[in-house]
Amino acid sequence: MEKQIILNPTHLDLTLKRLSHELIESHNDFSDTVLVGLQPRGIHVVTRLKSYLESILGKEIQCGNLDITFYRDDFRRREKPMIPSITNIDFSIENKRVILVDDVLYTGRTIRSGLDALLTFGRPSKVELLVLIDRRYSRDLPIQADYIGKTVDTQISERVSVEWKETEGADKVVLFTKESNE
Amino acid sequence: MNNLSVDHLTGIKDLTREDIELIFKTADSFKEVINRPIKKVPSLRDLTIANIFFENSTRTRLSFELAEKRLSADTVNFSASSSSVKKGETLIDTVNNILAMKVDMVVMRHPNPGAALFLSKKVKARVINAGDGTHEHPTQALLDAFSIRERLGSVEGKKVVIVGDILHSRVALSNIYCLQKLGAEVMVCGPTTLIPKYIGDLGVKVSHNLREALEWCDVANMLRIQLERQDIKYFPSLREYTMMFGLNKEILDGLSKEIIIMHPGPINRGVEISSDVADSKQSIILDQVENGVAVRMAVIYLLAAKIER
Repeated sequence: MEKQIILNPTHLDLTLKRLSHELIESHNDFSDTVLVGLQPRGIHVVTRLKSYLESILGKEIQCGNLDITFYRDDFRRREKPMIPSITNIDFSIENKRVILVDDVLYTGRTIRSGLDALLTFGRPSKVELLVLIDRRYSRDLPIQADYIGKTVDTQISERVSVEWKETEGADKVVLFTKESNE
Repeated sequence: MNNLSVDHLTGIKDLTREDIELIFKTADSFKEVINRPIKKVPSLRDLTIANIFFENSTRTRLSFELAEKRLSADTVNFSASSSSVKKGETLIDTVNNILAMKVDMVVMRHPNPGAALFLSKKVKARVINAGDGTHEHPTQALLDAFSIRERLGSVEGKKVVIVGDILHSRVALSNIYCLQKLGAEVMVCGPTTLIPKYIGDLGVKVSHNLREALEWCDVANMLRIQLERQDIKYFPSLREYTMMFGLNKEILDGLSKEIIIMHPGPINRGVEISSDVADSKQSIILDQVENGVAVRMAVIYLLAAKIER
């Protein structure tokens, strides 16, 4: 596998800051807006956005984690069952504007499951989607993001990995490409 | 490890410690799901599950049915009293007829020990044992251990005493296997006639003194006297049993430490446990019932993953 860095720590930081400002542009003071990160990787994006938003707005932003394992459309199509992560939404989403957050938007199937899972907690007034990386032209479902960190054109054989200081040791986004002579 | 080592749940004896821990981890998530406003996930919407009960049951059948419905499976219920079994049909014929209607999983309670294992070898469906005679009741043991883990943080190293009719209890046997696999110490306590002679071979301690047993343990699991399975008199009278082995507030308050009280139900208030103990803060009897649904969802979910498409 050949590695290519799409976003280095500085750029990733800038991108997250820009996304925070974009969110404030359309959600003002976040009085009826909440962030919900998709497990397992979307929650890292939420953690960063939360700290930027809170330092800009000077108030606490409500954030939750949502696990979508039981809502996936590939149960029994995989070798092994997926083991769920923790769901933690300790506030009502009824009539709130919810921003779903994930790291990479690829086929759109995860987001579809995420919407189903989210609606079991109530009826939000609006749901928007924020992704750090949008892998363009690879959707299986008609799902698009409202806020995008960076758009990349990739092939199916390639893989995009968003890495964080907390889990992988450094903040960066890497594109893995199969070598041509493989 | 994210797959069970077994294709059917016929007994705890066949499970590994990793299996049990996987079931608990999955059940944690389902417990969160059943406390949501919408207590349902779509995972099993393409499966049908038959609940076949050749013996009476309230809690277990209701709990299984709720677990199945919250996983979005279709369910059919069948009880022996209203069926062709009365007309002389064999077990395999009965079940195969149900399976011919495209059923993917069978939850069965049967009065004969080994009925679930027998069925799992003969029919083409996943089988979950909901109690087979005096043999095993695996999901009850799982939810008991899950409830201990929830209250005390872990099962490892804990001391659990099972009090009562050990001889006729499938709950006792499954609990012994499950608790030991998770690293707990187990003691059984009851009248000599209701303790199997060679139970020590399973590595459990035996006591015939309730106070002594309670002083030793962290958790006491009080069992019901199964009069319907007792073909002869095992003790002079229920009143005498209650005097010797019934748990009341006075005994509980007289202990040097606070212990947790469990009961698999149905409770005979005033026999094996007094009302004030059953309703006390130390009792986790209703937590057991709530956890039962989550644990059964986990078992069904993990077994369903093994059904071929």
